[in-house]
Amino acid sequence: MKRFVSDFPWVMLLIFAFSRALSAQVAVIGETVYTMAGEPVRNGVVLLRNGKIESIGAADTVTIPSDYRVLRAKVVTPGLIDAHTTVGLSGILNQPHDQEQIDKGAPMQPELRAIDSYNSRDPLVEWVRNFGVTTLHTGHAPGALIAGQTMIIKTYPNKIDAAIVIPAAMTTATLGQGATGDKAPGTKSKAIAMLRAELIKAQEHVKKLEKTEPDKRPARDLHLEALTRVLDGKQPLLVTVHRHHDILAVLRVAAEFKLRIVLDGVADAHLVLDEIKQSGFPVILHPTMLRASGEAENLSFETASKLKQAGIPFALQSSFEPYVPKTRVILFEAGLAAANGLAAIDALTSITIDAARLLGISDRVGSIEPGKDADLALYDGDPFEYATHCTGVIISGVVVSTERH
Amino acid sequence: MQSLHITAARAGESCSADKEQNPDLTLQKIPKPQLKQVGALERSRRHAYAVAAVLGLQMCLPRLTAQEAPVAFVGAQVITITGETFDHGVLIVDKGKIVAVGSAEKMTIPDGAKRRNVSGKIIMPGLVDTHSHVGGGAAGDRSSPVQPDVRVMDSIDVRDPSFQKAQAGGITTANVMPGSGHLISGQTVYLKFRDGKTIEDLLIKTAEGRVAGGLKMANGTNSRRDPPFPGTRGKSAALVREQYVKAQEYRDKIERAKGDPDKMPARDLGLEILVEALNGQRVVHHHTHRHDDVLTVLRLQKEFGFRLVLHHVSDAWKVVDEIAAAKVPCSIILLDSPGGKIEALDIDWKNGAALEQSGVLTGFHTDDPITDSRLFLRSAAFAVRAGMSRKGALYGLTMAGAVMLDLKERIGSLEAGKDADFILLSGDPLSVYTHVLETWVDGVKVFDREEPKDRLWAVGGVGAGYPRDLDLCCFGKEE
Repeated sequence: MKRFVSDFPWVMLLIFAFSRALSAQVAVIGETVYTMAGEPVRNGVVLLRNGKIESIGAADTVTIPSDYRVLRAKVVTPGLIDAHTTVGLSGILNQPHDQEQIDKGAPMQPELRAIDSYNSRDPLVEWVRNFGVTTLHTGHAPGALIAGQTMIIKTYPNKIDAAIVIPAAMTTATLGQGATGDKAPGTKSKAIAMLRAELIKAQEHVKKLEKTEPDKRPARDLHLEALTRVLDGKQPLLVTVHRHHDILAVLRVAAEFKLRIVLDGVADAHLVLDEIKQSGFPVILHPTMLRASGEAENLSFETASKLKQAGIPFALQSSFEPYVPKTRVILFEAGLAAANGLAAIDALTSITIDAARLLGISDRVGSIEPGKDADLALYDGDPFEYATHCTGVIISGVVVSTERH
Repeated sequence: MQSLHITAARAGESCSADKEQNPDLTLQKIPKPQLKQVGALERSRRHAYAVAAVLGLQMCLPRLTAQEAPVAFVGAQVITITGETFDHGVLIVDKGKIVAVGSAEKMTIPDGAKRRNVSGKIIMPGLVDTHSHVGGGAAGDRSSPVQPDVRVMDSIDVRDPSFQKAQAGGITTANVMPGSGHLISGQTVYLKFRDGKTIEDLLIKTAEGRVAGGLKMANGTNSRRDPPFPGTRGKSAALVREQYVKAQEYRDKIERAKGDPDKMPARDLGLEILVEALNGQRVVHHHTHRHDDVLTVLRLQKEFGFRLVLHHVSDAWKVVDEIAAAKVPCSIILLDSPGGKIEALDIDWKNGAALEQSGVLTGFHTDDPITDSRLFLRSAAFAVRAGMSRKGALYGLTMAGAVMLDLKERIGSLEAGKDADFILLSGDPLSVYTHVLETWVDGVKVFDREEPKDRLWAVGGVGAGYPRDLDLCCFGKEE
């Protein structure tokens, strides 16, 4: 992790150089511009320069420089953010060789990094990008007690180092069915016991590292180092959990170890809203159209609206799909939430600025404000309507698509 | 973009609202439900109404049965599918049938008819899902790739909540199929989504008195596995040809017997069904994805002459001319993304437009649980997104399916004399914001979003769960 941190400025420089080279200056004129920072701007103009948003204002207050490429759309939104997916790891073919989202070799493998297995050229990355998705929080899938570490990446460019936003974002855990099997953990209680024991091991590792005599310090241990970052809150523990009692079990462990938790999936959230609210932890809610089966059998199309009403911070996700369709599209998930009690503007918020805040990247993405990354999605109507098209996608100032999708 | 709006007043939160809108419907007019439809739920509901009537409570409207008096739905936009769309229309139903459809200005509502003001709503025919797995049924087992003798109707659980969810999605008739893990996996069954206690309550009988249904076949990868299943596409086709040749010989023997019992071949449940397919009495519903597999099906169809509907047809856009030339209808699926299996890499929403423009009869299916029956309208809307006409898409949800299931005389459109299968919608059928408000089958309301229990099926929550495990494809785990 140290290396990552020290490399980070170089990565940023690379992104900057890359985007500067490819992106002409662009002006986007939108009949409605949802900035997600204040009221929508009618007849708005967004100027993009050197990969960043230069300005946003009403058309009659902005002069578009003559050398800017001009794009028009009925609706302009910030580039969409998928708050949790496995796209890039769970490939389109669904064959063993392109399924990198889970390693079942051991129940707890926090040392596995998404950045080491992400395929930026998998067709599903382009698929979601074509609907306006510009940022992915992607990584190892639910299905192991601790599956690995996620990352945050833009859907363009295809060179991973240039597209990365945060190389190691969260550590993923799963509680409940899917993480239990023939081998330990075979039950949920066993899973909790194993998780606690491993966190205690990591606590002891930290203590040993603090020893002054170098020969008493332990050797490097990638596994425990990763858990250390969970303990000190540098990387939140993203816990996929559906059943109401399992949600409470997670909160119990979080309190014991003072963990920073992000609740993920959470089909039963509507049964334990008070407890979730009290915990202060945010929710990355299951796809609205997730199949209501197994532990998610109690899910409801209306949970997003209930989280909103309860004042619980949340974002929507496309999650992991094992079969067909191989991925969901966050735009459509938000649309169905908007059709089921969540105000459409709140649905849009949950896949833009609220997702950015939850992921800790709102200084760069999630809204249309000067200085932020020039990530925009263009639509020829209400983005949530089935028959509307995404007509343009801009990432770091580069127009990556002008086709109708 | 004004329409990125807060959805209109959400249905289902107040019973009294409906009463105000429909003042003609009062407790006194509650007819007795048909006996065979009185399940436990219905009994408790009736009991509750009785108690409520005694106590003089405000009550939600109960389910109606259509037997006592004609009901006139007045003021909605009525999309008939086969005829005009009436912006301010009337639909009159009586004794389970459609009596009249027309413009509100021109129609006379008969004396004694109950009148329901449904202004601002939309009425269209009940949706026909040409390929569904609701009810958790399975047909063939692992013993053989060819099992036409096996009937999916023998394993369907009519109390499975997938039926209620399908009603909540506006589906009134479906072709419920066995899976695609066999070359011939068994007999499908066409069901009306009535509230039933037994599978018999949901069956449709043909004019000859036969249980309406087709034959499920598949090619490509799903039906390939270790012997006795085929290991290649060539072997798959050879096995199927072998079966149909046997069926031809079986049929010839029967014909030669000229009714003489001594000359008749021994009964063979499987060959009897294949003979029905050869004779055109039973439609073959054929799962197929890749362009070359589609052409293989068309080749077999030409050789044996069975009546055919192609299902899924992921690569349809690549072989649309060949499909059109063969005059074979297509039942397509629209998915949120391609892939998930190699055969579906090139599946494209433009299939609807491509087939429509080539004159191919095109319908849709949910393949429930692959897509959610509650969101069946969405499939057609995505076809429109990719260029299909609105008219063609709405036809594809209704009448096209009726034609494919040989039920065009009874369902699929709003015409006098047809079954009173229709849905009441809150708005444009192809809008994400639209909800199915009511679903009627044979003049009986089987789904009402205002009723809490029904609303549960529509939106989910505790109690709406699938009791069955998700069986996505074939049988058992795929290697």
